[in-house]
Amino acid sequence: MSHVLSLLVEDKPGLLTRVAGLFARRGYNIESLAVGSTEVEGLSRITVVVDVEDFPLEQITKQLNKLINVIKIVELEPDASVHRHHLMIKVRVDSTTRSQVLEAVNLFRARVVDVAPDAFVIEVTGDTGKTNAFLRVLEPFGIKEMAQSGLLAIGRGPKSITDRIQRH
Amino acid sequence: MPTQQVAPHPPAEESAKKRHQEPEILTGSGAILRALELLGVKDVFGLPGGAIMPFYDELMSSESIRHILVRHEQGAGHAAEGYASSTGKLGVAIATSGPGATNLVTAIADAHMDSVPLLAITGQVFSTSMGTDAFQEIDIVGITMPITKHSFLVTRPEEVPATIAAAIHIATTGRPGPVLVDVTKDAQQNSAPFIWPPKLDLPGYRPVAKAHGKQVQAAAQLLRDAKRPVFYVGGGVIRSGASAALLKLAETTGAPVVTTLMARGAFPDSHPQHLGMPGMHGTVPAVLAIQESDLLVSLGARFDDRVTGKASEFAPDALVVHVDIDPAEISKIRTADVPIVGDAKDVIADLTAAFEKLSEGHEHTLDAWWVRLNGLLEQFPLGYDEPEDGLLSPQYVIERVGAITGPEGIYAAGVGQHQMWAAQFIKYERPNAWLNSGGAGTMGYGVPAAMGAKVANPDRIVWAIDGDGCFQMTNQELATCTINNIPIKVAIINNSSLGMVRQWQTLFYNGRHSFTDLNTGHDTAMVPDFVKLAEAYGALAIRVTKKEDVDAAIKLANETNDRPVVIDFIVSRDSMVWPMVPQGVGNSSVQYARAKAPEWEEE
Repeated sequence: MSHVLSLLVEDKPGLLTRVAGLFARRGYNIESLAVGSTEVEGLSRITVVVDVEDFPLEQITKQLNKLINVIKIVELEPDASVHRHHLMIKVRVDSTTRSQVLEAVNLFRARVVDVAPDAFVIEVTGDTGKTNAFLRVLEPFGIKEMAQSGLLAIGRGPKSITDRIQRH
Repeated sequence: MPTQQVAPHPPAEESAKKRHQEPEILTGSGAILRALELLGVKDVFGLPGGAIMPFYDELMSSESIRHILVRHEQGAGHAAEGYASSTGKLGVAIATSGPGATNLVTAIADAHMDSVPLLAITGQVFSTSMGTDAFQEIDIVGITMPITKHSFLVTRPEEVPATIAAAIHIATTGRPGPVLVDVTKDAQQNSAPFIWPPKLDLPGYRPVAKAHGKQVQAAAQLLRDAKRPVFYVGGGVIRSGASAALLKLAETTGAPVVTTLMARGAFPDSHPQHLGMPGMHGTVPAVLAIQESDLLVSLGARFDDRVTGKASEFAPDALVVHVDIDPAEISKIRTADVPIVGDAKDVIADLTAAFEKLSEGHEHTLDAWWVRLNGLLEQFPLGYDEPEDGLLSPQYVIERVGAITGPEGIYAAGVGQHQMWAAQFIKYERPNAWLNSGGAGTMGYGVPAAMGAKVANPDRIVWAIDGDGCFQMTNQELATCTINNIPIKVAIINNSSLGMVRQWQTLFYNGRHSFTDLNTGHDTAMVPDFVKLAEAYGALAIRVTKKEDVDAAIKLANETNDRPVVIDFIVSRDSMVWPMVPQGVGNSSVQYARAKAPEWEEE
């Protein structure tokens, strides 16, 4: 089962190695990883998706918590948080398929960001269900290339992962 | 920014603080030294090289820190471990970049497995050369990431005071462990104001000390209700300094105690409630008491596979109370019914108080349990057979070392058969007297660890109980001992082989002794000749082959304090470590001696 973990970490050299190394040496696979800065200077946020049962997840969380530069870990349950992927897809088009592809783009509220005579670059944002569905629709036209971000996730409601940190 | 902690500041250094009202300008090297001095470091072990030379230049003029020049950096690491494990204080090892640093790796890993507070300081090439494959450049921070509690790379002198203070704070608090500080040569050479005490900025480091009262209450209730409780005591009790508290808890509850390999001495061996060591080579009473228990109270232990055997068959009927300062240990192997995160010393005291309160006016008796346990103790005492080849019995030699030296001595072992015998046949009455490599199983730990322990405890007799294999891995530190007047004693239990591997080959590989013959003992070429080798190092060297000479040699060693002593005990190679639980099976299959499983009552 997939779990989405949000890690609030100090922005220190080697931090990503420490986190990734911990997953590797304890035998857990990372499905998706996204790293970026936060609204607090010096703090970064790592969103990581792992496919494990509940029991090993508890171990992962505890081991991650032991890393000195990891400040906080939150599991973001699907119904209490917003999840988004960002995808860029280069899809083959020609005069006969161009309008069909555009129709799919509109249906999925995606955007064409580059146009060439025989290809579009399309960007789409959404949760995993939506982006996967979009890919299935585009597949018959011929996907030449694609790049996707790791999953980003944030909790719903007014609370912030940095709440207690900022008070100091 | 987040939480700020202030570094501990020894009161004795107040005057030093005053002197620095206008921050003094120090080189990075000078700052390392000053920080170590201010944080109370007295002894360090190391070996210089190019990238750490600026620091060594400063170290030479230190009046309060004694540096001991080792002959191999691994020796520095294990010496620092022995220093730490025999005192509970921080151990410090220093090496240069590249191979100097990688030679520390085994000791760092060892300290990580056994939760030893260790500070490793390594030199690094100039920050401007990093990443260019410069001479003696190795990414030691990267290499040691999985085996340290934390590590730092310092590239600017301004960072030195806070980094050293943070490193020592991390190494010595919470669950102790090794911390590495890698300092580039330019950070050592350049200067910066020395600001003290530094602000520690560790927002992600908050070790728990005080346990949850509700959980302690629940544990006390289980203890009061249990018919067959066992205290399963691990190394955490020693690291936490909780032995006195444990004695009180045990006597208050009347429950039996077992002490793991890492916890030998945490509870007196002479105490009638002590059943001995559990695990693969544990005593039958300790192993079976756990198997039959209805409540297992784990105190600073981590359910290591060498203790549990097949984990799914370990203590099958027991509820588990698991006390550990590291939340990640709790329910890692065995799900805890009552998890308690906290420092063993505090939790044990709280648990004792809670138990006393609950028991007021209640009749609490474990008589039936003790009838069973006393029966086991009577039926299955620890023992050994005299070897059939007429050579010395290794168990006898080790037993005599312990008996003649007594509980105030310190015993450091290597890894293998002699380690197990030293855990079994020396009687430990106090914590920090038994030093060994439990988790990592590092051959060669013994001699340097004994050296470190002797530096920290000059008034105690310190023995290295070593094997002929182990001794050949780190005996170069005898030179360090002789030159620096560190008179340790070494008992080589010379069975001419890698004995534990040989035992497994005998038992599980049809007696095919593949590459375990070392040719150091009886009826062999005796290469090297340990007596000549020890003499070459300036040690008093004795060879003992007969039982009647054992006591005199040990006494002579204990009386010799002007140089190290090495006794080459030529023992039988056929002696085996018993009892034994074969790997991968449940502990109920414990064998008292070869093919002689104890009588096991099915319940």
